[in-house]
Amino acid sequence: MSAAVLEEHGAAGVVGTRMLRREDPALLSGEARFVHDLVVPGALHMAVVRSPYAHARITSVDVSAALGMPGVVAALTGADLAAEWASAMPCAWPVTADMQSPKHLPVAVDEACYTGDAVAVVLAGSQAEAQDAAAAVAVGYEELPAAVDLEDAARDDALAHVDAPSNRAYTWELVPDPDAVRRAFDEAAVTVKERYRQQRLIPAAMEPRGVCVVPQPFGGEFVVYSSTQIPHILRTMLGLTTGVPEDRIRVIAPSVGGGFGSKLDVYAEELLCLALARRLRRPVRWSEERSEAAQATIHGRGQVQEIELAADADGRVQAVRVHLLADMGAYLQLVTPGVPILGAFLYHGTYDVPAYSFTCTGVFTNKTPTDAYRGAGRPEATYAIERAMDALARKLGMDPAELRRRNYIGADRFPYSSVAGLVFDSGDYEAALDKALELVGYDALRHEQAQRRSDGATKLLGVGLSSYVEMCGLAPSRVLASLHYVAGGWETATVRMLPTGKVQVVTGATPHGQGHVTSWSMIVADKLGVLPDDVEVLHSDTGLSPLGLDTYGSRSLSVGGTAIALAADRLVDKARLLAAHRLEAAPEDLELSDGQFVVRGSPSTSIGIGTLAFEAFTAHDLPEGMEPNLEASATYDPTNFTFPFGTHVAVVEVDTETGRVDLVRYVGVDDCGNQINPLIVDGQVHGGIAQGVAQALYEEASYDERGNLLTTTLADYLVPAASELPSFTLGRTVTPSPSNPLGVKGVGEAGTIASTPAVVNAVVDALSHLGVEDLEMPVTPERVWRSIGASAPVQGGAR
Amino acid sequence: MIPASFEYRRAGSVEDALGWLAEDPDSTKLLAGGHSLLPLMKLRLATPGVLVDVGRVPGLSYVRDAGDHVAIGALTRHRDLEISEVARASVPLLAHVAGQVGDPQVRHRGTIGGSLAHGDPASDLPAAVLALDATMVADGPRGRREIAASDFFRGFLETALEPDEMLTEIRVRKAPSGWAFQKFNRRAQDWAIVGVAAVLDGEPRVALVNMGSTTVRARGTEEALAAGAEAADAAARAAEGLEPPSDLHASAEYRRHLATVLVRRALVEAAAARG
Amino acid sequence: MRVTVTVNGTTETHDVETRMLLVHYLREVRGLTGTNIGCDTTSCGACTVLLDGESVKSCTLLAVQADGGEITTIEGMAAPDGTLHPIQQAFHEHHGLQCGFCTPGMVMAVASLLKEHPDPTEAEVREGLEGNLCRCTGYHNIVQAVLAAAHSGELVP
Repeated sequence: MSAAVLEEHGAAGVVGTRMLRREDPALLSGEARFVHDLVVPGALHMAVVRSPYAHARITSVDVSAALGMPGVVAALTGADLAAEWASAMPCAWPVTADMQSPKHLPVAVDEACYTGDAVAVVLAGSQAEAQDAAAAVAVGYEELPAAVDLEDAARDDALAHVDAPSNRAYTWELVPDPDAVRRAFDEAAVTVKERYRQQRLIPAAMEPRGVCVVPQPFGGEFVVYSSTQIPHILRTMLGLTTGVPEDRIRVIAPSVGGGFGSKLDVYAEELLCLALARRLRRPVRWSEERSEAAQATIHGRGQVQEIELAADADGRVQAVRVHLLADMGAYLQLVTPGVPILGAFLYHGTYDVPAYSFTCTGVFTNKTPTDAYRGAGRPEATYAIERAMDALARKLGMDPAELRRRNYIGADRFPYSSVAGLVFDSGDYEAALDKALELVGYDALRHEQAQRRSDGATKLLGVGLSSYVEMCGLAPSRVLASLHYVAGGWETATVRMLPTGKVQVVTGATPHGQGHVTSWSMIVADKLGVLPDDVEVLHSDTGLSPLGLDTYGSRSLSVGGTAIALAADRLVDKARLLAAHRLEAAPEDLELSDGQFVVRGSPSTSIGIGTLAFEAFTAHDLPEGMEPNLEASATYDPTNFTFPFGTHVAVVEVDTETGRVDLVRYVGVDDCGNQINPLIVDGQVHGGIAQGVAQALYEEASYDERGNLLTTTLADYLVPAASELPSFTLGRTVTPSPSNPLGVKGVGEAGTIASTPAVVNAVVDALSHLGVEDLEMPVTPERVWRSIGASAPVQGGAR
Repeated sequence: MIPASFEYRRAGSVEDALGWLAEDPDSTKLLAGGHSLLPLMKLRLATPGVLVDVGRVPGLSYVRDAGDHVAIGALTRHRDLEISEVARASVPLLAHVAGQVGDPQVRHRGTIGGSLAHGDPASDLPAAVLALDATMVADGPRGRREIAASDFFRGFLETALEPDEMLTEIRVRKAPSGWAFQKFNRRAQDWAIVGVAAVLDGEPRVALVNMGSTTVRARGTEEALAAGAEAADAAARAAEGLEPPSDLHASAEYRRHLATVLVRRALVEAAAARG
Repeated sequence: MRVTVTVNGTTETHDVETRMLLVHYLREVRGLTGTNIGCDTTSCGACTVLLDGESVKSCTLLAVQADGGEITTIEGMAAPDGTLHPIQQAFHEHHGLQCGFCTPGMVMAVASLLKEHPDPTEAEVREGLEGNLCRCTGYHNIVQAVLAAAHSGELVP
């Protein structure tokens, strides 16, 4: 298929075409292997005993009954395991010098701090036996007051950790000019002050997590199979936490069934399987159950946001002031404290705002730890500003599209130095808005909306806009340093040609559904003039790709892809020297076209890159000083973030009698710079939209007042199905990023960032004439019904 | 999750099943399609000692025209009921509701008998048979007995079946027109937050899904209709005397409101269908 | 207990624990790991296979219930020479999968859906897939793939 595409596009190359994915056949035929699919003879199955209390002192753990059960090899408490840990569970992002981080062990010893906190483990010959035995472990608990509600926790009503001085993890500020902000609010013609709740979300990747650690018979090496987004970071962290030398750990992420940030972490079960495999010298594996995943895999979002806008009489926003409370959950996982900070720079959105103030306090609660979930900080920021802009539009009596138009950073202003200290690379925000409004038929919708209202219809129409800009391509290492992140933001790649002309690409990026193999092979195919099918991509295995910083934050293409392109360029440079030697021409007289180096002006004098690869391999006749083989590496540390943007429009129908909201149309216009494969870009946007819509309308990790998680199954946690969603209409503008040679920006999170505020704005818009100004997420039918009842009598109601 | 261990027996006949049930009725469970029981067993919310698989008992899967009523074998799968020509012609409400249960995969396995015997007030089929004034036929060690639908649903997951009895047939009077079913949920695959089955063919009967600890009738609405009230007025009494649950998905108050809206819609639709 | 099950045309007899779920039987006893497990509650559909030609969730059947039955899993869809089934091909051509974890169950659910509704509308496709969750695609391209497969003229009714 890819060859056919190549033929069709000829020398123009494959980049930019909708080449079908090379990953698909294995996944479609069932041949792909996820961690749970690995057959490992002799492996012990681990089951984890978890606290049923949000907060409790562990008074006793009795494993004797479990030890006597069939197939059980070991049953261990937190105290039994304490000596296994060289250090506690890692947090890699101490956002402030005084940040509090309670000690987090893989298995709790004295105090369980959320429902799902591990208190013991059982190892048995089969999963069923391990589960049977786990149920037989007797744990004594003394329930402690739990910090459940975020705002209560911020007031230290109950302490999440009994020995902590308070629940405050940190306070982080970005207030470049406090006087300017104060002045802007003092002088403002109009202000709005909004308060939004970002409910907790369960990432719910379709593949629950899995770990399998296999001790190698010789050399003391451990092969760690994990459904992770970050094999490289995991290897380092496993070394630090277990004391197994890092060079003795090989991490392999086989097929990974989605991550969305939830597999961007270092988890207790990964440490446990490694430590137990070391202790027992046997393979140890663990497969997460869905009900476990709800508690033991990180949650996303979890914030209370207060946002204020100061505007002049024409609606030009002069200042944005933001206060956040961010729910850390019970412990700091890998990047928990940094998630709100990733949004801290973007609360002015796509608008040219002169004064800015952001503060965030991270707060511990007795709930599952939060961490990065698709968008990580940026969906929250976009939600706040885009909802607040609609509130401002209502207050001004102005069309929300017009208000946005008046405030956009103009296309002529790029590179744009933002008040928050970023330099936005490129953009044309108004063009994306125009295209979105045209695709959705904005004026006609407004007309129909008015018609339905005047007819007294019980099915009202709402139109919601959302313009966004995100910072992607994480990240320039120096910027990460200034944010106290303990790693860099580069990515590395090697491109090599084998003697037969086949190509191998080694990358530190780690796909889990994004189609990297397809995209990387397209980039390299065009660079070298080979077929994409002849490019093999080696990834997700620290044995094959020893260095890398993995996949998150829409970074893989703009950072990892750039490293690959640079490595391919270097390989071509070397091949050119060899070609010049073989053709007895000057290197600068050679053109590489369709895999052939041709002497300019003498088209019959040429040599193929495949031939050169063989000659570089035999090394029989290389130029003086040239090393054998065609291979080159590059490590790319970006000079700036990338800033994808766009405008999305949601159209909803609201049944005023039942409160039901139906998303009837959805238009997304995105600009992610140059596109390697628009088919994959579309897919990323589709999936992102669905996840954002899910936050707006369906999903919430609900807790009761004692801190019990109520949504532990996919029957109660409402991930929408095809039956709940419409088809999406996508449009695109293309504004290349000047920051990287590919001109790309990233698209993995765009849909999620854009869609949540668009949908909620649409529901509020449908009901605004009834006095409804806000709806808490998820916007359930009951909440809609209550808002109508609380705001004004329903017109044309129950007949 | 994996169920706790149990002893499995496969029944070749109703007699087999009744015999094994009689041995230890309290820790023995009948397994038909398994789509109510197995999910509970996987979460270890149910841990029967003995599972009697009646799924292969011959002769219990049928939808038969029996003159004044339609007879449905207890092992008839939702899918078979949904597409049954007899059901679609004579009890279209039941065929329609069978097509609304769960999702296609569930409908390929779940049976009407299993669903009714489970007695879940959030299930759709109990409301349908209640609105249709069906009769349940149960076999047991004391012989066969008939139980009116209005006496069958007793409480949360509790029916009039004795632990040693087995539901074998459902008899439904014909009601070819004047029916409607309204199901309100957030996702198509979910249980109804509130559902309404209405039959206006003959004496009006309205049954509600998830409006109490068991499947219930909207008595207020039925009385009002019998007294000649308009649909909207009758619907306003839909939640009268009922105590719907408050749970993760809806409050009792909202359920009461939804019942009035959905009953009104169902009555209007059923009246229109009657012509 | 002894069970005899035909899977993708091959009949085998094995002794299994009575509590073994069909999905574990397929994965562990028959070695067919294409069928995935995504939840505990019959919600996600990742484990969907065909039993006697109809879609079922293999996590909500005991292996002993499938005794004597005929199962088709994702591994049984492509032709022996590896040529993808028209539904698989349509998923490929319409980018109807990303991480691929829900895909085997989704494809099997579609096979059953198209048998019952050979010429579905978009709404029928969406309703018909109510029992299968996907977290990557937003379903847009899955729906396109199903409509394309239905209208490809390559499906044997």
